[in-house]
Amino acid sequence: MNAALQATLEFWKLYWAPLLCGVAVVAILPLIVGYIVLVERKIMADMQARLGPMRVGPHGLLQPIADAVKLLIKEDIIPENADKLVFWLAPVLSVGAGLLSLAGLAIGPAFQIAEDVNIGILFVVGISALGIFGIVLGGWASNSHYSLMGALRSSAQLVSYETAAGMALVSALLFTGSLNIKSIVEAQSKEGIWFVLLAPAAFFTYLVASIAETNRAPFDLPEAESELVAGYMTEFSGFRWSLYFLAEYTNMIVVASVATTLFLGGWLRPFSGVSWLNFLDFAPPLLLIAIGAYCVLRVTKQPTRVQQLFMLAVAGLCFVVALVLAAPVVLPVIKPSLREALAPFYAGIHGGFWFIFKVSLYIYFFMWLRFTMPRYRFDQLMRLGWHFLIPLSIINVLLVGVALIVGAYFHLQGWGLLLVTTPAAILALVAAFLILAVEKQHDARQDQTAASDFYAG
Amino acid sequence: MGADELVINMGPQHPSTHGVLRVKLKLDGERVIGSECIIGYLHRGVEKIAENRTYQQFAPYVDRMDYVAAVSSGLGYCEAVEKLLVVEAPARARVIRTILTELQRIASHLLWLGTHALDIGALTPLFYCFREREEILKIFEKYCGARLTTHAFRIGGLQYEAYDTLEKDVERFCKDFESRIVEYETLLTENRIWIGRTKGVGILTAEDAIAFGVTGPVLRASGVKWDIRKAAPYAAYDQYKFEIPVGTTGDTYDRYLVRMEEMRQSRLICLQAIENIPSGPIMAKVGKVLKPPPGEVYHAIEAPKGEIGYYIVSDGTVMPYRVHIRPPSFINLQAFDRMVRGHLVADVVAIIGTIDIVLGEVDR
Repeated sequence: MNAALQATLEFWKLYWAPLLCGVAVVAILPLIVGYIVLVERKIMADMQARLGPMRVGPHGLLQPIADAVKLLIKEDIIPENADKLVFWLAPVLSVGAGLLSLAGLAIGPAFQIAEDVNIGILFVVGISALGIFGIVLGGWASNSHYSLMGALRSSAQLVSYETAAGMALVSALLFTGSLNIKSIVEAQSKEGIWFVLLAPAAFFTYLVASIAETNRAPFDLPEAESELVAGYMTEFSGFRWSLYFLAEYTNMIVVASVATTLFLGGWLRPFSGVSWLNFLDFAPPLLLIAIGAYCVLRVTKQPTRVQQLFMLAVAGLCFVVALVLAAPVVLPVIKPSLREALAPFYAGIHGGFWFIFKVSLYIYFFMWLRFTMPRYRFDQLMRLGWHFLIPLSIINVLLVGVALIVGAYFHLQGWGLLLVTTPAAILALVAAFLILAVEKQHDARQDQTAASDFYAG
Repeated sequence: MGADELVINMGPQHPSTHGVLRVKLKLDGERVIGSECIIGYLHRGVEKIAENRTYQQFAPYVDRMDYVAAVSSGLGYCEAVEKLLVVEAPARARVIRTILTELQRIASHLLWLGTHALDIGALTPLFYCFREREEILKIFEKYCGARLTTHAFRIGGLQYEAYDTLEKDVERFCKDFESRIVEYETLLTENRIWIGRTKGVGILTAEDAIAFGVTGPVLRASGVKWDIRKAAPYAAYDQYKFEIPVGTTGDTYDRYLVRMEEMRQSRLICLQAIENIPSGPIMAKVGKVLKPPPGEVYHAIEAPKGEIGYYIVSDGTVMPYRVHIRPPSFINLQAFDRMVRGHLVADVVAIIGTIDIVLGEVDR
């Protein structure tokens, strides 16, 4: 008995922090996703010359909560002929994979649930790919043609684009020689240059492949509203549907985080090694102060008292966060002796800010594309994947490897590496376009009416 | 049906069948190997209703067929009855009718463009299109008080005199519209994905189009230069200069280009028409009770979706003996199966969109 208690205490001593983080992820993530959706709707509205949600709270700021409540109290329908167990399991699997893969990510040097996993990036990519089982099983269990087609499309799409994405990651990993997330970011810090510049072709490949992997427009064929009603989600309603929704947006956060970690310098400030650009440290608090000030200015425009108070509360929140962000950079200016003591705080808090900032930019790009582009057709999607992205990523891995060897021979480092990696990227792109052109000629020669099996990949 | 064939029911409740069209698709994987359109979910028996209404009473019913181009349907009916009565609307009425029908053509094409782009996955053009369509509907509202089912014209001319700022409103709309249409084109015309989704999709050859009796932009995109506004001018079309755009291959992209150009031409017609609206009466001398002499008449006009024709048989009483309507949507929809075979599921919605049907008119 005593021994068991001892063991429990030991367990808690070791794991209280990651457990707390885990609970926070599970508890707060749905809220974050809700607000990403609100931001998406607002951006969409802005691009489409309208206002978007305006009714619930000032500027629709409480809309996600209203949506969540609606989804939770909706009737939960399981179709008569569905495979009930699988139907129940599928959305859980999908969202579980998404949440679990968040565990491997590091939001700042201090914030990581599964700390110092030596296969970090592999863990994240592998677990997040498991989410596809949720989609395939859900589509199959629904016992509906639309769902089945959505599921089939989704699995074919993921298999094709996961290859390209994986190869793109390999190109970036060649620079670090480690799968550990922390060492990847530290390598970028040491080189003084982000891998997006050293491996632009890989970044481009990952960007496209990650959109396809998360089933976002213009690759949203598995849930193509105008074709398959809602694809694999057609038969799901209420809470189960919202789980799929949560999984989709979690996956977006995951791929954006992976891209940020590998290509965009993770939690590093832009040009973190350049000391005369240190004034950039003041950008985060100033940005939040600007947002807060804007909210204060808009208070008088709000029609009701509640909305005015809400606006003030948002402004207050912005000021508090600005204060937190400002403390580690302003205090050392006033009292230089504090610099050493505040360094970890700076790294943690500002690192978190820059990481979230970059992830937001990445997700914004997703949204921007969604509102601009029409949707690909299935055969076009497959052609883009197999005829262009996969050759490009494979050639890129080879050429980046060659460039690294040449670079090591000439003792190139940091920005100097650009001398060898830029020609490598250009060569890879040229080769990929050549392959595409050859394939196109080949396709043109083939009989147009010959039925081909697209699902075979 | 083989083991690897799949029958999918698209509609009548489906986001992109534009109403209550039901399409049964026989699929091999994603490839369509057969299709069947099942219609009638919106059937109201318009032609039978006509036999129990007086000529004037029936006029509002035709607005409810193609409810996104009610002005055009109304014009066809009024002119058909006028032909039966052997009266002609005064010049001023004819010019105002032309302006309103051309605005209606633009509005109808805008609705088509928005929904067609939405079907193919472009979300944004829909809202831009509705922004401009709203301006046109506002002009209709100012003119006759209604936005959709306008009942704008009367047999023999117009009920209402043009309101004071009609010319100015139309001119302002035409001026704005020129740059707006460029906006849509930047989003779509050169877009690689758009071209990939529309080029070579749903090809309808000129012979097939004629054999199916297809009319309107769908026919013209196949390369047949046939437009009733030129072939048998009605209203005031003989006074204005305009081009008839034609396509070459008859695929979805050509139909898109043809309709875009038609909007531009309609804009030019409107601009020409408001320059010189003749003064004078707006109503011909027709009695309160219309009793056309016994006989029959067929009159067709170029509606936004194609040739809308009215075949009216009069037995000399106040009510028509028989009214038959040739609805362009219904007849164009017949070409659907020919266009869709061999394509993928995603192309089905593109082809439904490109035919530009309104189920109210298909089912009547």
